[in-house]
Amino acid sequence: MKLDSKIPEGPLAEKWTKHKFNQKLVNPANKRKYDIIIVGTGLAGASAAASLAELGYNVKAFCFQDSPRRAHSIAAQGGINAAKNYRNDGDSVYRLFYDTIKGGDYRAREANVYRLAEVSVNIIDQCVAQGVPFAREYGGLLDNRSFGGAQVSRTFYARGQTGQQLLLGAYSALSRQVSTGKVKLYTRSEMLDVVIVDGKARGIVTRNLITGKIESHSAHAVVLASGGYGNVFFLSTNAMGSNVTAAWRAHKKGALFANPCYTQIHPTCIPVSGDHQSKLTLMSESLRNDGRVWVPATKEMAEKLRKGEIKANDIAEADRDYYLERRYPSFGNLVPRDVASRNAKYVCDEGRGVNETGEAVFLDFRDAIKRDSEDVIRARYGNLFDMYQQITGENPYKVPMKIYPAVHYTMGGLWVDYNLMTNVPGLYATGESNFSDHGANRLGASALMQGLADGYFVLPYTIGDYLAGVPATKVETTAPEFQEAEKAVKERINTLLNIKGSKTVDHFHKRLGKIMWDYCGMARTAEGLTKAKAMIKELREEFWKDVKVVGTNEELNMSLEKANRVADFLELGELMVDDALNRNESCGGHFREEYQTPEGEALRDDDNFAYVAAWQYTGDNQPEVLHKEPLAFENVKLTQRSYK
Amino acid sequence: MNLTLNVWRQKNTQDKGGFKSYQVSDVSADMSFLEMMDVLNEKLEVQGEDPIHFDHDCREGICGMCSMYINGKPHGPQQTTTCQLHMRSFKDGETITIEPWRAAAFPVVKDLVVDRSAFDRIIQSGGYVSVNTGGTPDANEIPIPKKIADEAFESAECIGCGACVAACKNASAMLFVSAKVSQLALLPQGQVERKERAEKMVAQMDAEGFGSCTNTGACEAECPKGISLTNIARLNREYLSAKLTSENV
Repeated sequence: MKLDSKIPEGPLAEKWTKHKFNQKLVNPANKRKYDIIIVGTGLAGASAAASLAELGYNVKAFCFQDSPRRAHSIAAQGGINAAKNYRNDGDSVYRLFYDTIKGGDYRAREANVYRLAEVSVNIIDQCVAQGVPFAREYGGLLDNRSFGGAQVSRTFYARGQTGQQLLLGAYSALSRQVSTGKVKLYTRSEMLDVVIVDGKARGIVTRNLITGKIESHSAHAVVLASGGYGNVFFLSTNAMGSNVTAAWRAHKKGALFANPCYTQIHPTCIPVSGDHQSKLTLMSESLRNDGRVWVPATKEMAEKLRKGEIKANDIAEADRDYYLERRYPSFGNLVPRDVASRNAKYVCDEGRGVNETGEAVFLDFRDAIKRDSEDVIRARYGNLFDMYQQITGENPYKVPMKIYPAVHYTMGGLWVDYNLMTNVPGLYATGESNFSDHGANRLGASALMQGLADGYFVLPYTIGDYLAGVPATKVETTAPEFQEAEKAVKERINTLLNIKGSKTVDHFHKRLGKIMWDYCGMARTAEGLTKAKAMIKELREEFWKDVKVVGTNEELNMSLEKANRVADFLELGELMVDDALNRNESCGGHFREEYQTPEGEALRDDDNFAYVAAWQYTGDNQPEVLHKEPLAFENVKLTQRSYK
Repeated sequence: MNLTLNVWRQKNTQDKGGFKSYQVSDVSADMSFLEMMDVLNEKLEVQGEDPIHFDHDCREGICGMCSMYINGKPHGPQQTTTCQLHMRSFKDGETITIEPWRAAAFPVVKDLVVDRSAFDRIIQSGGYVSVNTGGTPDANEIPIPKKIADEAFESAECIGCGACVAACKNASAMLFVSAKVSQLALLPQGQVERKERAEKMVAQMDAEGFGSCTNTGACEAECPKGISLTNIARLNREYLSAKLTSENV
C-alpha cells in the first residue's frame, strides 16, 4: 500500500490557498443531494456538522451522550492558540507553525501544521461572532495568556473554561442547523461499525443506547470526530465515556492507525488518592504561568513531609528545588508538557515526591499571591482553585497544590491525508481522532485549535472535492454490506452478553490500564513493552472467556456499553505497544529509556524514524502491517529540542 | 464509613419504579459520590444484579451529565455537581436517599437517568447567533467592555445539568433559559436577534411543559455553577420588552 499524503506542491505559505483553489466544488443546488454522517459532537464534530449543513449538505450527527453539548471538549480548560499577534510580541503564523512543529518533536507534517496556524486566526473571529465570551482587557479587546512551549502570549481563554465556551459556541451553531432541519441529531447513539460499499465509506451501524436497537445509516461520506483513546489507561483526564470504538472499528475495516504510541501525559493533574479512583482531574497548564513547581531538595526532607512531620510551608527557600526553573532557565515552569511530566517522574523516582504515595510534586502560588495579591490570582484561576479544594479538601491559596502527571491526550489516531481523509475513500477523521497535527507531543491550547480548524475551516473545503466525484445516488440500508455489518455487531453483543463469566468489565479495564501505565506510559523499554504485549494478549483472552455483562441488549445497559468499548481497548493496547516497540528512539511523549541524551532528554533518531508509522489491520490476532510515511522537513531544520 | 443507600430503581420510562435499599461499607472520605456508586455497582454486577444506572461523563464538574437528587437536593448537600461531591460530606452510619431529577419535562429513562432533550430543543429554538462559518469580522473589531464580557461569561457558565429544574417546586426552566438569553443579550453579537430569541426560547420552554417561575430562588441556591437569579430578572425584562415592541404579530 502506498500512502499518499496529498500534500500540495509549492511554497509552504501558499499550499493551502492553492489547494483550496484546486478543489472541485459541488454546486449549491447539488449539495442538498448529499448526505454526510458525523460521529461525535465535540469541537471537531459539532463545528463540522454546523459548517457542512450551512453549506447545504444533509448532515446526520451522532453522539453517545444525552446531548451534543456534553462531548469531552467541554472539559478543556486553559485556552486556544491563535497567531493573531494582538500582543505585538513577535507572534506570526510562521512562529505558531514553528513552535508546533518543534513542540511535536519534529514528528508532524509541515504542511498540515502550517495550515493549522494559518486558519487559527479565523477561529477566534468565528467564535467571537457566535458570542463566545472570551476574556477581555479593560479597553474591551481580547486578552491573552502564555502557555507551555511558547515564548509569546497567543492563548485566548475564557477563564478556566475555554473548552466549554468554545463547545457551547459550536453547539449553538449546530443547534441552529438542527432547527433548520439540515442536521438530524442522534443522541445516546453509539457507532459500532463503518459500512464500506464498493471500496467507499457509505454509512455506519449504531446502537440506540436506550432501546438497544441496532440501526443502519447511509450517507455519501462518513466523518469520525470521535476523540482520543486515552482511556485505554483506565485512569486518565478523559471523560468516563471517551473511547476508541468508532476509530477502532474503522481501523478494522481498513483505515490505517497512525502513531498509536504517541500519548500525552499531562504534568499538572491531581494525584491518585486510592484504588477507588475512577478518573484523574487536570489542573490547567495555565497554572504554570504563576505557579512554581518544586520538591524538597533532599530525599530526607521529602520523607519527613510524607510522614507529616513537616509541612510544605515550613520548608525554607534554600531547601526547595524549583527543578524546572533550575534545569530550563529560559522556559522555566513553562516547558512543554512532555518535558514537565518526565521531570516530575525523575524527582519522584529519586524519592523526593511529596504525598503519601510519593508520586506528587508541588505547584506553589505563594510567590504569585505575594506579588499580585490573592484577588488577582482568584480572578485568573478561581474555578480551578475551587475544584482543587473540592477534590482534595486542601486550600491552594494557603498551601501549595500537589500535582502529578496523568494521561491526557493521544496524538496518534487514524491516518489521514492532507484532506483529512483516511486511506478508505469517503471516510474522514478530524480532531483528536486523527493523528495529523501534533507530532509526538501536543502543545497546550492546541487541541481546541485543531478541532475547530478541522471542522470549521478544513473539512468544508476538502469534503466537497471528494463529493464532487461521487454520484448523488443513495445506497439503501437494505444493501448486503449494511446487513452484514449489522449482523456482525449483533453477534458480538450476543457473545459479550452470553459469556456470563465472573469478572466485571471494569475489572479488566483497570488491569489493562495498569499494564499500559507501567510499561507504555511515561517511560518505556523494549523489555517492558515485550512483557506488556504478552500480558495484554493474555488479558484479552481472559476477557473473552470470563467477563460478566449483566442485563440484556434491549434496554439501557451501561455494562454492555463499557464491554463493547473495553473489548476494543484490549486490541488497541497491543497495537500501542507494538508501535512503541517499533520506534527505537525517543520523541515527545514517547520516551524509550534506551534512547536519551546524557541530560535525560528525549533522543530522536531522525535518520531512521522521521516517519509516520501507519498500521494496517490484517485479521484477528494477526500481526499488523507497518506502512511508513516519510516526513519531509523543507522549512524547519531538525534540531535537538531545547528549552534550556 | 458505612452507609445505607435508598436508591430509586425504575426499569424504564413505563415502569412505575420504587426505592430499594443497599448497604455500602468501607467508604473512604476521599471518594467522590460517583466513585462510591461505582463500588456499589461493581458489587451488584458480581452478584449478577443490574447495576444502578446514572448519567455521568467528565467527572470534573463541567459536562453537566451527572444528575442525582440526593437527600432532597439536586447534586446533594454541596453546591457542586454530583461528580464533585465527595464522601467527606457524609457521616458514618448515615442513610442517603438518591432519586432522579423529578420534572414532567424530564421523563425518567432508567433508574437515575432522565431525558433532558427538552433543553436541547430550547437552545434549538433560538439560543444562538445566526452566523455562518467564515466571513466574520476580526475578533477585535468590536470592543466589549470587560465588565459586560465578564457578566456574559458568568451567564454562559451554565452546564445544562437541570438542577435548577429539579430544585424548583414548579419544575421551571427559567434559570437555564435566562442564562442563555442573558449571555447573548449582553453581547453586541446577540443584539440583532435579541427580541426574537427571548420570545422563541420562552415559547419553547412553555411547550416542553416546564412550570412557571415564582421567584423562590431555589434554582440559584442549588445551581452548581452559581448562575445568578439576576438572569431571570433580565429575561423577564427582555421578554416583556420583546413582546411590547415585537414585529411578530
